Amino acid sequence: MSTVTIDKSGPTRKVKYGSMSRDRTWALRWSYFFLTLFAIFSLVPPFYMLITSLKSSAEISAATNPWWVYHPTFSNYIELLTSNQFLRFFWNSAWVSIIVVTITMLISVPAAFALARMKFWGSATLATGVFLTYLIPDSLLFIPLFKMFAVFGDWTGIQLVNRWYVLLFIYPTLTVPFCTWIMIGYFASIPKELDEAAIIDGASWFQTLTRIFIPVALPGLIAATIFAFTVSWAQFLYPLVFTTSTDQLVLPVGIITTLIKGDVFNWGQIMTGALLGAAPPLIIYAFLMDYYIAGLTAGATKG
Amino acid sequence: MVDVAFQPNRAAAAQTRRRRVGLRNALRRKSMSAFLMTLPLILLIAILVIYPAIYSVHLATLNKAMTKFVGFGNFEFLFKRETFWLVVKQSCIFAISAVVFKALIGFIVAHFVHNVPANKQRKWRGMLLVPWVIPPAMSTLAWLWLFDPSYSAFNYTLSFFGIGPIPWTGDAMWARFSVILVNVWYGAPFFMIMYLAALKSVPEQLYEAAAIDGANWWQRIWYVTLPMMRNIIAITTLFSLIVTFANFDIVRILTAGGPLDHTHIFATWAFRVGIEGSDIPLGASVSLFMVPILAVAAIFILRDITKRGNES
Repeated sequence: MSTVTIDKSGPTRKVKYGSMSRDRTWALRWSYFFLTLFAIFSLVPPFYMLITSLKSSAEISAATNPWWVYHPTFSNYIELLTSNQFLRFFWNSAWVSIIVVTITMLISVPAAFALARMKFWGSATLATGVFLTYLIPDSLLFIPLFKMFAVFGDWTGIQLVNRWYVLLFIYPTLTVPFCTWIMIGYFASIPKELDEAAIIDGASWFQTLTRIFIPVALPGLIAATIFAFTVSWAQFLYPLVFTTSTDQLVLPVGIITTLIKGDVFNWGQIMTGALLGAAPPLIIYAFLMDYYIAGLTAGATKG
Repeated sequence: MVDVAFQPNRAAAAQTRRRRVGLRNALRRKSMSAFLMTLPLILLIAILVIYPAIYSVHLATLNKAMTKFVGFGNFEFLFKRETFWLVVKQSCIFAISAVVFKALIGFIVAHFVHNVPANKQRKWRGMLLVPWVIPPAMSTLAWLWLFDPSYSAFNYTLSFFGIGPIPWTGDAMWARFSVILVNVWYGAPFFMIMYLAALKSVPEQLYEAAAIDGANWWQRIWYVTLPMMRNIIAITTLFSLIVTFANFDIVRILTAGGPLDHTHIFATWAFRVGIEGSDIPLGASVSLFMVPILAVAAIFILRDITKRGNES
């Protein structure tokens, strides 16, 4: 149950073309028809982002056909990519995500190894606890966490609220439980003989982890890394609560608080920013789709 | 081991004893190093998850200035407010209808994807999962622009069919519909992927047997597919129920709770009251109302997971 195979070939169910009966053909046609409808539904917002991002403000306010761009221009992209503020958001987001991914891996991989292989007092309870923690949503914890960090600042004089690096403490609460959980699954699927052989050959626990477990469970590790990155890149509630100065914001919050000025919505720039903000996860997804999906399904199919 | 046999009895006994002590030491070392390896995880969960959870219960019993203990004062205050009951109602409508539609659409789309030839499935799956990949805050901005009161691209398209401008986010009922629509758009692909994985694990022989017994496609779904997928359906739905119930991004960006607080759900109202209104204790009390439903869902998920753990 606990092996997650990354299948490139698709299912083994065979659809026979040659002897396909009449209603089979129709079923296939209907499938394509509805799939096209659903694909359009799925892709309309990103497509509309792209269309709008290529329009000038004049074209947007002229209210021509919204689904087409008559005078494509890159002015929105040039403006955002040369604006120090926007680049600042982008770098803040990138730094936060990369450091959080590193922290997550450093915490969850050894913990998952210990929980999967080195049975100790309370290890089963702890594994369940990790899973339960994953079910606690951010919207339950943001108020006490905010107050906690404010009180911490009052007591120690170390001001963490309204600094981008406060997110480095908070994001791991979202990423570590899930990553530990799926790494436990991947590690548990490795045959016991493999690490027994390593121990007999005189390897320490640490060597067993780095020389055997990490290489063998590499697909799982990649899936967990992708998950940690996309979660920290997309997180919106915590940065909205914890950071307010414009130089401390991460991308999603930055776009929403600075590009929307009062009632004036500069939609061309907002859509450009949103598309640029959506780009890193989309690029990762495009290249590592199988790992992405493996991570997605692993959370619930393991156990 | 072989040379032990040639040694006198005493020496052999001593050696086994030594070996046993060595084993015990190794065990002790093992549990010690295991503890050290899990220590960062334990600290993280204890300090940044469990402590704040308890702390929020404490916060909920304080007055606005956080100087005085008021017991259940905040809750009594909430029960008397009409907005609170509006939020409770809207949270339930939002979560339940969104999850039902996500589950239905995901199920249907998974079947269609499963129907097409294997070599084309990857392409379709890739396209259909895009809504889940885009950060929700970013895609909701696109929806906000699609729903724009004066430049709505949907209204532009609908005007060709003679359907009048729809106040997507301006009218209470339409705003409720819009937030649910965006949530379904975002969440249905997740169901689709989970169901697709489950569909692939149903053995083909079962369908063949059903077909030989003369089952039509509906009976095949009802008597073969659904029972085989029951576990995955249950667990995905419960997961989604938790996530949807605790949703913040979509409602916050699309309507910010408006018009007239009609689309506020627990998370957005807690933010409005606790952070924007700087009444932290009241905000904490609002978000605590999410705990019962989350706990129920979590218990069911846990039961399912331990059950499967025992089976395997």
